[in-house]
Amino acid sequence: MLNTNDILQTIRMIREENLDIRTVTMGISLFDCISDDQARLETKIYDKITSSAKDLVSVCQELERTYGIPIVNKRISVTPISYVGAGLSPEGFVRLARLLDRAAAALGVNFIGGYSAHVQKGEIIGARNLIESIPQALSETELVCSSINVATTKAGINMDAVRRMGEIVKETAYLTRERDSIGCAKLVVFANIPEDNPFMAGALHGIGEPDRVINVGVSGPGVVAAAIKEAGSCDFSALADTVKKIAFKITRVGQLIASEAAKRLGVPYGIVDLSLAPTPAAGDSVAEILENMGLERTGTHGTTAALALLNDAVKKGGVMASGHVGGLSGAFIPVSEDRGMIAAAECGTLTLDKLEAMTAVCSVGLDMIAIPGDTEASTISGIIADEISIGVVNNKTTAVRVIPVFGKGVGDYAEFGGLLGYAPIMPVKNGDCRDFISRGGRIPAPIHSLKN
Amino acid sequence: MRAVITVTGKDRVGIIAMASAECAKYGANIVDISQTVMKEYFAMIMLTELDGLNTDFSDFSEKIKEAGREVGVEISVMHEDIFNAMHRI
Repeated sequence: MLNTNDILQTIRMIREENLDIRTVTMGISLFDCISDDQARLETKIYDKITSSAKDLVSVCQELERTYGIPIVNKRISVTPISYVGAGLSPEGFVRLARLLDRAAAALGVNFIGGYSAHVQKGEIIGARNLIESIPQALSETELVCSSINVATTKAGINMDAVRRMGEIVKETAYLTRERDSIGCAKLVVFANIPEDNPFMAGALHGIGEPDRVINVGVSGPGVVAAAIKEAGSCDFSALADTVKKIAFKITRVGQLIASEAAKRLGVPYGIVDLSLAPTPAAGDSVAEILENMGLERTGTHGTTAALALLNDAVKKGGVMASGHVGGLSGAFIPVSEDRGMIAAAECGTLTLDKLEAMTAVCSVGLDMIAIPGDTEASTISGIIADEISIGVVNNKTTAVRVIPVFGKGVGDYAEFGGLLGYAPIMPVKNGDCRDFISRGGRIPAPIHSLKN
Repeated sequence: MRAVITVTGKDRVGIIAMASAECAKYGANIVDISQTVMKEYFAMIMLTELDGLNTDFSDFSEKIKEAGREVGVEISVMHEDIFNAMHRI
């Protein structure tokens, strides 16, 4: 029989340390829905999504009951809409956004991702029109998430797109000004975007993926934080070992749920994403992990090293526990979604500069950061360009999801609600970068992208 | 399928009797059982075979949890595979 302590450990992890499956995401290809007639395109997309995922929520609920573990989110990702609706006008894309919103609501899923485009080297007409439609699309929908890939290590950085995305973020903030500019919480600008990421707002169903696929994102910062606390004042080797062991266990649960969900839905299993994803709930914080390692506050000196150790150990422990690892796979540091990060930002220890440094050693990027509403579009583009450069040069995924909260400034709070949490408005630098951003063109790919 | 039923809470007379009576009522066969008491904290673990259940899994799970709540203990019913996945390579 199973060991009593092992069983009680599992129960404790779920009951007291917030162990859960963060998301089961079904990827759905929409390529077979393409039509030059918008009404027909819409019918086919709606039918494909609602028939493919009709059992997603009920199967997840069944798994929750059988295995006794919560599955927090059920989500859908689709083929980037810029390809599916490549011939549409911006207004046509907004119609598709509303359609995706209706399909997601009909299925009872939490979010639908894939209102997306790849523009790292330039824009097809569909990508340009989709980008233009983003502010309106995000202001008229609830569940649609948008992501734009503006750079890859192979292609370099499309600075025209970076410039435009600064403006798009501002326009989205304005159109959703009644709700603390929440539209920006559903818009991510990426470098090296993964094709199989189950997490929002950056999930999309890549073009090399099967027709349908199940990807699972695990969670469990509370479990890691508790394990580190229990390990006491051990040295770094033992600390890394503690994280690896616990990450293995967490990931095995993710693997189990992924393969069972795939089997019951009759859809291939894709990947498990080994990300530690926090929530605003007490005891579900990545910052708490870092603080349990010995930092008084997240953001102080030593934070980047602590995060690097954590991120690496999570992958090492998780990779053996899963058949296929993918997505973002690393610790997330979304400020508004992590109680410890919020506290660290409130007292000024955690700054935008430190967050940028932290993203060099973990996934994903500057995430869920509220900044003053009067921040210039070119400054937002500068923030994006800096962060994207880190991804391009270091051959990793980075992203920016900042919210210039309309009508608010440093000292105020933005309230997004639910898993998106709340955040103090953080200051940005006041030096102008407009002349740099407005140069236009592309920043060439780094030399080490030439690997052949 | 086989499920692990765990019963935890403050120790008192009759917890095992209650849990095993619920199992018998719904046709869950107890394959293995162990229990410990640490500082008045009671923890019992039962491995059960549920193929002969006279109701569905969700209903059984809800009923036995409710019976636990009535006597002040917390009960969970989970497929054994979650423990196997986590603790066995």
